[in-house]
Parts: sequence; C-alpha cells; structure tokens
Amino acid sequence: MSGHSTYVPKSAFGRWFESRLPIMGLIHSSFVVFPNPRNLNYLWTFGGILAFMLVAQIITGVTLAMHYTPHADLAFASVEHIMRDVNYGWLLRYLHANGASMFFVAVYVHIFRGLYYGSYKAPREILWILGVIIFLLMMATAFMGYVLPWGQMSYWGATVITNLFSAFPVVGESIVTFLWGGYSVANPTLNRFFSLHYLMPFMIAGVVILHVWALHVPGSNNPTGVEKKTEKDTLPFHPYFTVKDALALVCFIMLYMWFVFYTPNFLGHADNYIEANPAVTPAHIVPEWYFLPFYAILRAIPDKLMGVLAMFGSIAILAFLPWLDTSKVRSGTYRPVFRVFFWLFAVNAVLLGWLGAKPAEGLYVVASRLSTAYYFGYFVILFILGYVEKPLKLPASIAESVLGKQGSANAMAASAAAAPNTKG
Amino acid sequence: MNLKTIRTLAFAASMALGGQAFAAGATVIPPQNEWSFSGPFGRFDQTQLQRGFKVYKEVCAACHSMSLVSFRNLSQPGGPGFSEGQIKALAETYQVKDGPNDAGDMFERPGRAADRMPAPFPNKQTAAAANGGAYPPDLSVIAKARTYERGFPTFVFDMGTLFQEQGVDYLVALLTGYKDTPPAGVEVPAGKYYNEYYPGHIISMPQPISDGSVEYPKTADGRPQAPETALQYAKDVAAFLMWAAEPHMQARKELGFKTLAFLLLFAGLLYFTKKKIWSRVEGHHGPAF
Repeated sequence: MSGHSTYVPKSAFGRWFESRLPIMGLIHSSFVVFPNPRNLNYLWTFGGILAFMLVAQIITGVTLAMHYTPHADLAFASVEHIMRDVNYGWLLRYLHANGASMFFVAVYVHIFRGLYYGSYKAPREILWILGVIIFLLMMATAFMGYVLPWGQMSYWGATVITNLFSAFPVVGESIVTFLWGGYSVANPTLNRFFSLHYLMPFMIAGVVILHVWALHVPGSNNPTGVEKKTEKDTLPFHPYFTVKDALALVCFIMLYMWFVFYTPNFLGHADNYIEANPAVTPAHIVPEWYFLPFYAILRAIPDKLMGVLAMFGSIAILAFLPWLDTSKVRSGTYRPVFRVFFWLFAVNAVLLGWLGAKPAEGLYVVASRLSTAYYFGYFVILFILGYVEKPLKLPASIAESVLGKQGSANAMAASAAAAPNTKG
Repeated sequence: MNLKTIRTLAFAASMALGGQAFAAGATVIPPQNEWSFSGPFGRFDQTQLQRGFKVYKEVCAACHSMSLVSFRNLSQPGGPGFSEGQIKALAETYQVKDGPNDAGDMFERPGRAADRMPAPFPNKQTAAAANGGAYPPDLSVIAKARTYERGFPTFVFDMGTLFQEQGVDYLVALLTGYKDTPPAGVEVPAGKYYNEYYPGHIISMPQPISDGSVEYPKTADGRPQAPETALQYAKDVAAFLMWAAEPHMQARKELGFKTLAFLLLFAGLLYFTKKKIWSRVEGHHGPAF
C-alpha cells in the first residue's frame, strides 16, 4: 500500500483495467513484491493468521445467522436446531464458537510479540493504536456473540457486564437501560446484541484495512528492531513470506481443528447448555477465558466505579504505550533488564486470567490486587527503564544480524540472485 | 504430530501431576468410568444406547422431558441404531396433540417419526407442581449441562488427553449416590433426599433406579445383555443422554480425523516447500525454524 507500483499487466484487458482501477498494482506492491525484513520469525505470522480468523468467523457467522432466531423464547432452541437438524450445523457452530477463542489466542500472541519487540514505537504508533481499537472491537463482538445462545452464562454474563456501566455517576443507570432496551436483560437486549454482533466484524474489517495500510508505510518491525536500510535487509513478500505464513497458518488451523472436532466444549461453560432463566443465578458467573485477566482487575478493586475504570484503563493504557516506553531501543533482545520485567508481565497476565476464574475471596483477592498492581506498574517501570537501562549493542543492520559482518558484505549478491525467483 | 502419542504423553503427565487434589472444596468428585465414546476414535455402543433408551423410557420419562429429541433421531446413523420400522411403531404408541384442524379444533393423533418426544407434563408449572415444587429438568442436553471443576493443572492436560466426560460421570454418580441415612448432623427435609454428589446434597428427586428395576433384553442363552444393576442402568442411561446431547459426535470425530490427517500432510508439504524456497537465501540454511 505504499511506494510506486512496479506491476506490469500482461494482457490487453489487464492494461485496460489497470488504467481505470489500479487494484492489481496495489495488491502486487502490497503482497507480492513488498520488501519484508528478511529476519522475521514465526511470531510475525500471526497477523496473517488473524486475517484468516476474521474471515473464518464472518463466513461461519453469516451462515449461522441464516438458521438462528434472535428471540428470548426461541434462541436456545434454534441453536440446538443448528446442532441437530441443520446439515453440518454442529460443525458451523463449533467452528464459530472455538473460532472466537482461537481468534483471541492469535491476537494475544500478536500483542505480546509487539510488546516484546517494541513494535509500538515510532514510527508505528498509529499502527499500534489501530490495533488496540481492533482488540476493543473484538472484545465487544465476542461478548455479544456469547450472549446469543441464550444459555445461563449468556444471560448472567450479559447482566453482570452491562451492569458495570451503572457504576458511572449520574448517567450510569440511563446507559444500562439504554443497553438493555428495558429494565432488565431481556428480548430487546438479545435483539440489539444480535444486530451489533453482525455489524461489528465489518467494523473490525474496516479498521484492519487501516491497520495494514499503516503497517505498509514503514513496513514490519523485526526481531532486531533495527529498521531496514537497504535491499539486502529485505526479501520480497512473495514467495518468502507467503509460504512461511501459509505453513504457520496450517499449523495453527490444526490446533483450531483439534478443539473443534475433538473437544469442542472445552473452552465453553456447561452452564450455557441450560436455557437462560432470570429466576436462577448460577453458582459462579465466569466470563469466557479471554476476558478473565480483565475480569480479575475489575474485581481486585473494592470500589465498583474504580474497578470499572481500572478494567477499561487496563486496555486504554496500551494505546499510550508508545509514549510510556521511553527507551530508544525497540527490541527486547537488546534490553536485558526490560526482558525480565516483560516476562514477569506475561506470567502475571496468565496469573490474572487464572485469578479471574476463581471466586473473589480470601487469598485470591490479595493475589488479584498484587497482580493488578504489577499490571499497571509495568508501564511505570517501562517509563523509568528507558532512562536507566543500558541496552546491548545493536547490529548495524538486519543483514548483519542474519549473516554476520562478513556475510553481510556478500549479501547484495545473494539478494540479487534470489530476486528473479519472485517473478515465477 | 502423532495424535495418539500426544494423547498418551499428556495423559501420563496429567496422571503424574494432576490427580484430584485440586478439586473444588465442597463438590464431591464423581468417580471416572470407562466410556466407549471417549477419545478421538470413540464410538457409541449401539446396544448400550438402546438399553439406555429403555431406562429413560421406563423410568426417567415419567417426569423428565426430552423436548429437543425427535423419534426419527433414534434411527439416525451414529445413534442407538433402531430401524425405521421400530421407530415408526414406537412413535405410534404415543398420542401427540396436533392442530388446529380445518374446524379450528385441537386433536390427538398417534405419534410420527418426525415428532419430538412428547413431554410428560404440559408445561413447567404442572411438572413442578406434580414433583413437590421442583421442576424436573429437560434431559436433551443434560450430559453437556452438568460438570464439575477439574482444577489446575488437570484442566490444562484435559486439552491433550481430551477428557470431557465430566457430565456423564456426574450423572452416573448422581443416580447411584443416594444415601438412606445422611451423615450425622445433616437434616433432610420431608420430601427431599440425601445424595452424595448433588451440589448441596439435598435433592428433590427420589432414588430413581435400583437393582433389577428395569428388564434388559436377553441374549441367546437367556441371560440379560448386561447386569441388571443400578450402576449398569446409570451408565447406560448416561451414555444414552450423552448421545442425545451430542447426536453427531461420531460423525464429528470421524471428520476430525480426516481433517487433521489432511492438514498434517499439507503442513508437511508446506514445510519442505518453505525450506526449499528459503534455501535460495544466504544465511537461512540452518534449521528451518
């Protein structure tokens, strides 16, 4: 999506079309000849995996919507109708439900990759912020999607989460009534959640286009965090990264299919196979696993309003990360002290997830508070660390990091030799 | 990636590290049973499902509906394997309310294979009123709607071992977990019963099955197909309920094997393709990853 197109249409029709809508040239320059840092590791394949997951969720979701009934009295039975009577309906539903989880698995790897290699730093701040927006939209979409089967956990999850907005002074109650479309979670709530659940993936797709656009201005960050300088630092997107992304994607799909076919309810809740019942509260109301760390932060704060603010703040703070991390060095590989705090942050995030699934009592509360403190403390540490940490010596270039100083000198010849293959 | 090896390894790991020490406080963990349908190649045992259906029909169906299951489901592939003729005859033994007809009247007619299994009570309120105020839950998806907490780290290993029979294990334990004399200090209200595995222990359902209460089909030598014991009834009806909750389970696992086998092959080919393509580039001759 940047740079002058080198695309030359082969046919007369191609030339005619390209002079009117240069879309083939755009695709060619963005995904065929686009120069990627040659040293990208497999953590950089998750962007492509996420694109696949978004498309998979939209396709399975649109098909499910053809058979689903968004009505409080009929929704539960219509989901079971899909499971029992629709041809391969069980497959569609399990693909979609587990797809949501896999989407989050991939996005968390993607986010932590960005955190470790400093992908949020200049000149990629807008790219990063767009990512945070996508993450927020994903969370909203997933939350509303989980309400649709209208099981016990759908209903009570919706009740708990929408009720959070009542913590805001003055306008809180009105917001909740507006979300519900009434005075409790009921049919109007289900209807609007269904409508929004169908809308939001397309909003995500829109922001994803901006995200990829913003990515293609500076190009990908890389494990050294050193910007690409010359052609010898890069390889064309096709075939090098198309084949690498494809291999990673197929391996990821294997994990996805393992859950879909062999243990499709592992990531769900048994309670959601009980139809929603406003008169019976489940013993434990637990959100889906991908919300658990944020749920733990919410419950760690004794004050309801402060808890809600902390929860939203824990995501919002990510948007400010490009300015909170003061280090000039991007990659964690060259920041020995940062690395320690980073891995603590990662372990802490998993710990928060575990605590989110536990009842808010006793030692769990104490642990949640310590964990929450570290979650936010990490950003303070990053701010200070930039001034005091002494980073390791950076390689002079990407090519040098791959080939060593000697090989780097010969690399021009190698990349020249590789170039002709891209035309095949 | 060999599925079986992974499963075995993960299973061994879960045995070594997991156990049941982390089980949630108040809940009594049900004993684990052997199930023909567990694991990636698990299949329902047709004769067991048929026996389970008999237990449901003669015992459970007196109070519990199964409104999501149609008679025709009982003859579908991957299920109890009744013939279409058997199902037609079975459906006809029920009277189903239909209508309104052209005259505007509701009427009763013999059941058809396409009908859902008729509920024992016309609505939840009647069902609750007839059962001491407690509504006997619909059993269509009960095997997936009940569970117990596996605890950390066992639940992590369950992803690899594919253990997912919490629901059926719980059902067997519940059906056989009645105690005539509750532990000292526990007061059981009139019309309620003590059950070791029911959350809170005080349950409204009386003990539904006991040894010999259902007659099983006989084999050629005149003996029952399976022991006519409460435990066997419980296992058979739990297996039947698992099928009812997940009627396409067998098709799912069969398609899963084909899918994963294909993906494994595809990944292998991509691996070598990737290696070949990247071998053109200096500095990437080492391990492919």
